[in-house]
Amino acid sequence: METFVFFVAAAICLAGALGVVLSKNPVHSALSLVGTLFGVAVLFVAQNANFLAAVQVIIYAGAIVVLFLFVIMLLGVDRAENLSVDPLVGQRAAAIVAGVAIFALPVAALATTGWDATGAIANLGSVSDSAVPDVEGIGRVLFTRYIFALEITSILLAIAVVGAVMLAKKSPKAADMIVDLPARPTSTDADADAASADATSEEGTA
Amino acid sequence: MELLDLVWLIPALPLAGFLLLVLGGRLLGEPGAGWLATAMMAGSFGATVAVFVGLLDRPEEERVFGQTLFEWMPIGGWDIDFGFYVDPLSVAMCLFITGVGTLIHLYSVGYMHGDADFSKFFLYLNLFAFSMLMLVLGDNLLLTFLGWEGVGACSYFLISFWFTDPEKASAGKKAFVTNRIGDWGFMVAIFACLAALGSISYDEILSGAGSLSGTTATLIAACLFVGAIGKSAQFPLYVWLPDAMAGPTPVSALIHAATMVTSGVYLLTRVNPIIAEADTWIQPTIAWVGAGTALFAATIAVSQKDIKKVLAYSTVSQLGYMFLAVGVGAYVPAVFHMITHAFFKALLFLGSGSVIHGMHEEQDMTRMGGLRKYMPITAATFIVGWLAIAGVPPFSGFFSKDEILLYAWAENPALWAVGLVTALLTAFYMSRQVFLVFFGEERFTVDADHDDHAEVAAVDEGDADTALDTEGSEAEALEHPDTADAPQHDDVHVLHAEPHESPWTMTLPLVALAGLAMVGGAIQLPFTSDLHFLEDWLHPVLGDNEAHIDVATGTKVGLAVVAALIALTGIAIAWAIYVRKLRRPVEPAILEEGWRYDRAITSFMGGPGRAGFEAASTFDRTVVDGAVNGVGALVRRSGGGLRGLQSGFVRNYALGIAGGAVLLLAYFLAQVTL
Amino acid sequence: MLLAAGVEPSWYLVLASALFAIGATGLLVRRNPLVMFMCVELMLNAVTLTFVTFSRMLDDIGGQAVVVFVLVVAAAEVVVGLGIIVAIMRRRPDATADDLALLKG
Repeated sequence: METFVFFVAAAICLAGALGVVLSKNPVHSALSLVGTLFGVAVLFVAQNANFLAAVQVIIYAGAIVVLFLFVIMLLGVDRAENLSVDPLVGQRAAAIVAGVAIFALPVAALATTGWDATGAIANLGSVSDSAVPDVEGIGRVLFTRYIFALEITSILLAIAVVGAVMLAKKSPKAADMIVDLPARPTSTDADADAASADATSEEGTA
Repeated sequence: MELLDLVWLIPALPLAGFLLLVLGGRLLGEPGAGWLATAMMAGSFGATVAVFVGLLDRPEEERVFGQTLFEWMPIGGWDIDFGFYVDPLSVAMCLFITGVGTLIHLYSVGYMHGDADFSKFFLYLNLFAFSMLMLVLGDNLLLTFLGWEGVGACSYFLISFWFTDPEKASAGKKAFVTNRIGDWGFMVAIFACLAALGSISYDEILSGAGSLSGTTATLIAACLFVGAIGKSAQFPLYVWLPDAMAGPTPVSALIHAATMVTSGVYLLTRVNPIIAEADTWIQPTIAWVGAGTALFAATIAVSQKDIKKVLAYSTVSQLGYMFLAVGVGAYVPAVFHMITHAFFKALLFLGSGSVIHGMHEEQDMTRMGGLRKYMPITAATFIVGWLAIAGVPPFSGFFSKDEILLYAWAENPALWAVGLVTALLTAFYMSRQVFLVFFGEERFTVDADHDDHAEVAAVDEGDADTALDTEGSEAEALEHPDTADAPQHDDVHVLHAEPHESPWTMTLPLVALAGLAMVGGAIQLPFTSDLHFLEDWLHPVLGDNEAHIDVATGTKVGLAVVAALIALTGIAIAWAIYVRKLRRPVEPAILEEGWRYDRAITSFMGGPGRAGFEAASTFDRTVVDGAVNGVGALVRRSGGGLRGLQSGFVRNYALGIAGGAVLLLAYFLAQVTL
Repeated sequence: MLLAAGVEPSWYLVLASALFAIGATGLLVRRNPLVMFMCVELMLNAVTLTFVTFSRMLDDIGGQAVVVFVLVVAAAEVVVGLGIIVAIMRRRPDATADDLALLKG
């Protein structure tokens, strides 16, 4: 049973991943990403990580991809990208070589261990023990051993929120900073009007 | 509290005066700034007297001690402290530095009257006094060097005090640059001391000198001698001192006669154990440089027309005597002459300043004459100074010069002969100066119309006219008409006011110094050793390094009589030429130009010297700068090449990261498999 | 060999390598910043899959706990990254990642 689940989910994952990379339209890429995320969630379930699978679906598929789509629609950049050429000479060939190497080298390393990579056990708690659900196990670890790291991630999130607000905020001087931005006749934004008025008055004084 | 603990006050008071004047000099203005500076010097003198008394209370062997204020430079294993080295020598120096210094400060209050930079002058004077006292009191070579450079800087500031005059500004530069050569020697000596002895404190140098190898001691002594030559204006580095007379006269008196220029002699006396360890050629070299300089400068002084230049060359000559004394191991006579010289040469300079002041900034002696009736106090005191420097008994100069000549006789009669000729010339040129300035007829005229003093306005116009007539004829008779000076005869010197005596602030120091110049010889009377007060006093410093001479009393008396006769002969010759006019004066132009030494330096530096500098400069530009610029260009070029990596394309950077990750993976894989 | 043995945990690791390599290649090839971000998400997912796999292989819950942190970091990264993209795109709607080279001094 697990074999079947694995191969189906793996096929979905790989197809989605290739779809992300190869789609010309960003909207298609985003939708392909949902497929990959879903496949990974399935693989989590297959490995008894039920809580993470739920989180994966809710946060990634539910929140992050929606955020991507929202930004794409907001900015109206869902135009097809020309993938036939790369303006950077040699970039694509080098990228493919690097990608192959990044795939091949860990697999080769895995092969040298006889397909049985091992590592040191932290002894934080069992995964297979059905008496302790994985939610409880993760919660226990997060709030004991990793409590400090957890608190720091809260700070990280707060900083990210503030940073995102600062970055996305529309600066009243934004129009002045772009020298080659053509004045948009259709704009009804008061800010833009004021900015263009500023620009003309500056030209007048110059 | 013991009196000796007051030693820190000696330099601290002038320093405090300096700082106060820096902060509030302009507020104090004239004459407050001058009085403050004078009070600080007087306080310093008081502290010195206290330390002197405290030292007298101690038994002889305990009269050398140090007072460490704080650790100055801890460098690895070397500790250089900031402290004072108090011994009979440094206290003797301090006594006359602060004593003469106080009198000169007082004098300056009158002399600098009306100067726009009145407070700045006293600021420099106090800074100078502080530096000089640090030089003398410092307990290690570096601290002495600090004072050494400090007095050099102050000398520079004060020579070019009236810096708007380009000639005075360049005189200051000349002094500074020439002194650098000597400072180089001093620095090398410090380094050599540190390398050889691991310390530069006098305590350890003087006690460790015996362990030095002869070569090292010779190197240190020679380098210190180079430093002393520069600071004490000996041949060949004397050239700056005559030009230094461009500064205000009190500066000439304090720095360029009484104190700073003697610091070379002080330094050599201080390190006498090292000189004792050095090779035997060092001391004769010092002696001959001193004797040569003494004679050389005396010949130049014979033909000078500027009242201060005569004294300047005379100072060079007298310093030569001191070096001669050091060279023959006669440290006590050297210090003795240093002290008496400080008295009488400061007196002479201040007197000349008073004359210049009274003559309204006239310095040319050929335009003076008969001044004794206008400024009696100046004349009387100047005459005392003249008799002292000429070596007429019982004035102080006679005793000190006689001591030096005595030791020179014992060492090498040739040195004695040079010294004696110099003494003859000294008596001659000083007499010439006195006769030209204070005696004879007036070679100037007073134009009362331009004067605003009521009493001088009464001078009869007719008298002035006759004075002008006589001036013309007398000057013809006096000066040889075939020299380049001829045009001066047409230009009759007209004073806008009668020469006048100086205020009490200037005459009081003159009188005090005259008294000292008269009786200063009493600190070291000849013949019986009971009267050798200075020698006994300095004994803990010098020990056995002082030369001991074995000369019969009869010879001593004979030498003294010869010296006195020589002095009187010089005076008589000058009297015959300049008062009785029995002969026309012989004042060759070559002597007036100082044997054309300055001009030779100028033409050498302008010719081959300049070519050498140009070559060095070319070398510097092409090779040294080339190497530096080459490194810079290399870095810039390789940086320019590397800059291409920063394309600005984010994906390029990402490719770099991916390549790095691949390389790392390959490395780990190789670690596992191979 | 692989099929006969049933599902080996190492298969998951191979899959994760593949996902990671595809994501890395996409990041290097694509010029649309949004798509590049999606590729980064792919790589992050490959890593989380690895963590979960190791957690199972070693029977240790710690691997799953780390995934929670990865998720948090990914979320923060997406928020800031999208903020930057919005700021750029608003001024130049057709900007690609290569156009950021204009920022070079």
